[in-house]
Amino acid sequence: MSEKSISTLQDRFGESVLDTVEFRGEHTLVVKAADAKTILAYCRDELAFDYLVDISSLDNFGEEPRWTMVYELYTMANGANEHLRIKFDLNESEKADSVSDVWKTAAWHEREIYDMMGIEFNGLEDHRRILMWEGYPYFPLRKDFPLAGRPSEMPDVAFTDKAPLEGGPFVTSPTSASTVHREPRSREID
Amino acid sequence: MSEEITSERIQQHAAYDSKVEGNIIFTQVDTAINWMRKNSLWPMPMGLACCAIELMGSASSRFDIARFGAEVMRFSPRQADVMIVAGTVTYKMALAVKRVWDQMPEPKWCIAMGACASSGGMYRSYAVLQGIDNLIPVDVYVSGCPPRPEALLEGLMKLQDKIADSESGKEQFQAEKTA
Repeated sequence: MSEKSISTLQDRFGESVLDTVEFRGEHTLVVKAADAKTILAYCRDELAFDYLVDISSLDNFGEEPRWTMVYELYTMANGANEHLRIKFDLNESEKADSVSDVWKTAAWHEREIYDMMGIEFNGLEDHRRILMWEGYPYFPLRKDFPLAGRPSEMPDVAFTDKAPLEGGPFVTSPTSASTVHREPRSREID
Repeated sequence: MSEEITSERIQQHAAYDSKVEGNIIFTQVDTAINWMRKNSLWPMPMGLACCAIELMGSASSRFDIARFGAEVMRFSPRQADVMIVAGTVTYKMALAVKRVWDQMPEPKWCIAMGACASSGGMYRSYAVLQGIDNLIPVDVYVSGCPPRPEALLEGLMKLQDKIADSESGKEQFQAEKTA
């Protein structure tokens, strides 16, 4: 089923589709950022992907483009149970186009991405933080944010302190270096 | 005839009422106040995570927190005596916890239930307050992740012991004098 959707999208959008990946029956479409919203809207309106499961973002810290946006689509129409993943890259300074007018549920996913990663969205009406409080100065899921956190002071609003990391938790990063490098107490990147 | 007896009895009672014998207890004010306080601790359940499930368990028939007079769990800080902080306190939630604590009238106590409320537990992260004692004074820490209901009841008994040893009358007098 997904193959049909993939080929339809390739025929329809041609050059905007940069790559297609299939892994164990899961289909991923890599597209151009500029056309992503058109493609996503087409998926919902013409290919019956009526359910936006999730939007997530990746931080390719140290590389450009820094952000990768990932949209998980699902169709439950006519019992099709079809899954499609759409990805596109964004440079650090770029904004993504909001799809909150295509799927209403996208608004909260996008707010979460803004809150945690600091990626902003064009056309998102309610552009507030969702998990951290309004006025929190950092974006904690960025890779240059230390695991222990950073102290911040917002009198009468909230405050944070650095969490002690004696005894864990441990962060593993793939490297052939020694365990000390592979599993540091805390990753302090400033 | 019967009227005479009645009036005689009234006179006798005025002199000495034999009915109250055995019903008078001599004690200290502190002891009496502490005894009343410790046996009717109304908890403010601040259930924030999985510890709250064990807190509910301790109120159920098997463990029955009512045996210690602490069964009045209502989300009503103005009527509560002891705040049981059960769960992970995030910085965002910390403000609400502090606010509820401030709404509780004196005298008040606090039980930090479980690892997260006591020290942040396994959450060494940007989002979690590393122990509720950064924000409000804690009387009893209960270890465990989550602690079993028995452990919470033990903590409650420890708090009762602490209240029994306190100088309530003196504290009240000093509070009134400074006010």
